[in-house]
Amino acid sequence: MEIKKTSLNKLHQDCQAKFVEFAGYEMPIQYSKGVIEEHKFTRSHAGIFDVSHMGQLFIYGNENLTSDLEKIFPLDLKNLQQNCSKYSFLMNEEAGIYDDLIITKLENGYLIILNAACKEKDFEILNNILSKKYKMELSNDRALVAIQGPKAVEILNETINGVKHLTFMTGDWFDYNGQKLFVTRSGYTGEDGFEISILNDLAEEFTKSLIKKGAELIGLGARDTLRLEAGLCLYGHELDLNKTPVEANLKWAISKERLSNGGFVGSNKIINQIKDGAKQIRVGIKPEGRLIAREKTKIFNESELPIGEITSGTFGPSINGPIAMGYVDKEFSKIDTKILLEVRGKKHPANICKLPFYKKSYVKGVN
Amino acid sequence: MSEVKFSKEHEWITLAGDVATIGITQHATEMLGDIVFAELPEKGSNVEKDGTAGVVESTKAASDVYTPVSGEVVDINQAIVDDPAKINEDPEGAAWFFKLKMKDISELDSLMNKEEYDKFAKESSS
Repeated sequence: MEIKKTSLNKLHQDCQAKFVEFAGYEMPIQYSKGVIEEHKFTRSHAGIFDVSHMGQLFIYGNENLTSDLEKIFPLDLKNLQQNCSKYSFLMNEEAGIYDDLIITKLENGYLIILNAACKEKDFEILNNILSKKYKMELSNDRALVAIQGPKAVEILNETINGVKHLTFMTGDWFDYNGQKLFVTRSGYTGEDGFEISILNDLAEEFTKSLIKKGAELIGLGARDTLRLEAGLCLYGHELDLNKTPVEANLKWAISKERLSNGGFVGSNKIINQIKDGAKQIRVGIKPEGRLIAREKTKIFNESELPIGEITSGTFGPSINGPIAMGYVDKEFSKIDTKILLEVRGKKHPANICKLPFYKKSYVKGVN
Repeated sequence: MSEVKFSKEHEWITLAGDVATIGITQHATEMLGDIVFAELPEKGSNVEKDGTAGVVESTKAASDVYTPVSGEVVDINQAIVDDPAKINEDPEGAAWFFKLKMKDISELDSLMNKEEYDKFAKESSS
């Protein structure tokens, strides 16, 4: 199958990107500055991320659509205000996760941002559960550009006047060169920032205007270290069909209103797991010293009995040390529990620690 | 000090008497990206030509470090273990990895000179 390219591919090349294949797309893993500098630049200034490979699914409908989506997502969508976003999951009956996503209520329906590797399958699953009653579009003509970091609001507001009034997890349509952009105040780095859904034809020029104002392109390498420091899950690593939101320690994303009555796909399993507790749970892990424990590293207790596995592990540039997330048996999930990580045949000491590793700086407001 | 030689695994080696100094090449560091962890062989241990003699990790992945010749490890560069970023800064100078007392100096003969290595590196990365 031919590798897909986003509308910013030429700009990435012009900026000396190193490319990798990711979910069928040719994506920049880093630019000439390298992962650590790009990471730090995002935390201190503003990084631009091409996330156009992610799915932008528009579903059009009214109150009936809202009730039908409540049979799928564990959210109180009836009371969700227009232009407000929620983090959620698409699950199977066993509460295994097909995908994690952000859903935003629009005037005439919903916009759901899906992971690149899952988007086509998600479309089929949703369309089947909704019995093909609603018009659904997995957009091919829109790019998705994120700008993240403390300078993001100032830079973006110069290009799109008014975005500074958005608060975390809200969005709106804005005019740009006679076209409509949908902007949400959100992101996946732990920093304040925005995601901009923009027509492909305008994406390069728009991104260049952000670069002119001092933002810089950041690759997937730094996106991964940033999200891991922020304690955020990555689908295919922390989340998959064998994990539930309760096990992933994402209970906070399930509306309380929905837990009492259930009625969404996977609700029985989730309600039971909340009552009885999950066997394993996602935790933050800090290896002692500089050792990096990668995905699939086996975790042991102090008596050297296996208790779990790492799902993501790297060096955290802002922490200046190694960090990881993984699943451990519940009785070993308390903060400061001493554990052992088996790397290259040797067991090394590590500690369960609080998430996030790096404090988030979201701009929350009343909504 | 002898001429610098290079291996296909992207190590460089120089010889003074029968003690070889070994590190990874500039080209290797460019391929790896930011190095954030280094593990070196133990002083006093014996390593075999083309065997693993350490690990470097970038933000992205772990890679083995091989030794291009056999010998006894007589010194290691603790500075790069304490601050792995030094490897990106000066890979073919201050950031050497380890020193070996060589058993068989003829092992150097099969290695590449600078010109051959540059050509090899260019071809293997294109």
